[in-house]
Amino acid sequence: MTHRVVVTGWGVVSSIGHTAASFWSNLVRGVGGIAEATIIPTDLLTHKVVAEVKDFDPRKHFDDRQLAMLDRVSQFAVVAAREAVAHCGLAFDGALSEGTATIIGTGVGGQTTQDENYKRLYRDNAKRLHPLTIPKLMVNAPASQVSMHCGLRGPSFAVASACASATHAIGLAFHMVRSGAVTCAVTGGADACIAFGTMKGWEAMRVTAPDTCRPFSRDRKGLVIGEGAAVVVLETEEHAWQRSADILGEIVGFGMSADAHDLTSPDEGGMARALNGALADARLATSDIQYVNAHGTGTAANDETETRAIKQVFGSHAGKLAVSSNKSMLGHALGAAGGLELVATLMAMQQAVVPPTTNYLGPDPACDLDYVPNEARPLKIDAALSNSFAFGGLNAVLAVKRAS
Amino acid sequence: MDDVATEVMAIIAKKLPVEGQKVQLTDRLEDLGIDSFGAVEMIFDLEEKFDIQISYNSNDARPEFETVGDVVAAIQKIVNGKS
Repeated sequence: MTHRVVVTGWGVVSSIGHTAASFWSNLVRGVGGIAEATIIPTDLLTHKVVAEVKDFDPRKHFDDRQLAMLDRVSQFAVVAAREAVAHCGLAFDGALSEGTATIIGTGVGGQTTQDENYKRLYRDNAKRLHPLTIPKLMVNAPASQVSMHCGLRGPSFAVASACASATHAIGLAFHMVRSGAVTCAVTGGADACIAFGTMKGWEAMRVTAPDTCRPFSRDRKGLVIGEGAAVVVLETEEHAWQRSADILGEIVGFGMSADAHDLTSPDEGGMARALNGALADARLATSDIQYVNAHGTGTAANDETETRAIKQVFGSHAGKLAVSSNKSMLGHALGAAGGLELVATLMAMQQAVVPPTTNYLGPDPACDLDYVPNEARPLKIDAALSNSFAFGGLNAVLAVKRAS
Repeated sequence: MDDVATEVMAIIAKKLPVEGQKVQLTDRLEDLGIDSFGAVEMIFDLEEKFDIQISYNSNDARPEFETVGDVVAAIQKIVNGKS
């Protein structure tokens, strides 16, 4: 027996707000989180702008003993998960604790810990590292910490697919709840890779923008690295109904594909297969969709290729879609991006407002859809897609419906 | 052809999909099979070889890097400007 899967809680830590409510309020007003980095020195960086989670004081959320075990990425994951769990109103104890999955995506895990320890070792000639170095930097640390902090004792693991990690994580959690393997899932993504070494790695790829992120716009200059976390609570519709929970939206389909083509160049065919997979899984026709929350990184290649993929899948309906990229404000929060964007998509349906693509200067002939430039737009949305397309050619698309 | 040009062309030749393929100044990088990331790798190799910084963003269409000759000229300019 399969189950309908509804969302009953969400939590967000982002460059434009440390809670879901502040995130949404800034997102619809077009308030961006991109600015010169403050958490790392920028003098040796060619491009200095990032979308940092500003003024995040971990001591507001954790005591010293807890903090010793938490890299920044896990701090974000746990803070977002606590908000989502509180929001859904469930007490995860007894059988429900064991029947709840914890699946958290992350692109790279504890980069701050890794960077600081390498500095100690190679630059400062330290003789030893802190004993918690490995458990802090491991890629499953956010998933493990969320399960421990929220008391979730069901299946738990990390999902790593670079920029699509959160979307793959939520998609797998959706599959598990739909199949009845678990009753609930706490799922999403987190990343915190604004560490000096990681940023030099991004710089070497020559894909980051010197100024800001302008998805689908003419004169776009690339992506801007962001950070944060977003976590949602999924549960079977029956379970939510029985307890008269507030239903925030429904996950109805999930599509995945691999390009098997190029490590970094996006592929229209791979994107289109993931989009079609999500629609087919959801039993939705292209004409049922009003909004696509785009991957929209702001690179020349992604935005052009994603536009072609949307046109290939939607045909003449593509021109009627509202398509927007939250990365214009959030930067690219990598393993968190798909989670932040799913929450934005669910909120857009709930509030009947499409968040804009900001920093848009004017059309690029290769990007000719309606990107909701610079201003949010009221729109009744019954069904929407949220796209994530990762380096490595790994694509994931979630299909969602408004709570009926 | 000076030493810089010879070394630049040797680095470009290493990035080609077909080993031993001849490289000429008039060849377009794209026609040689060097895609955008191949170009980024080529620039890294050039920066390392000559200990220089080359301003390059793969999101810009930079006409000066269209042909092998463009790359050679750009590197010669930076290297000569350095000394």
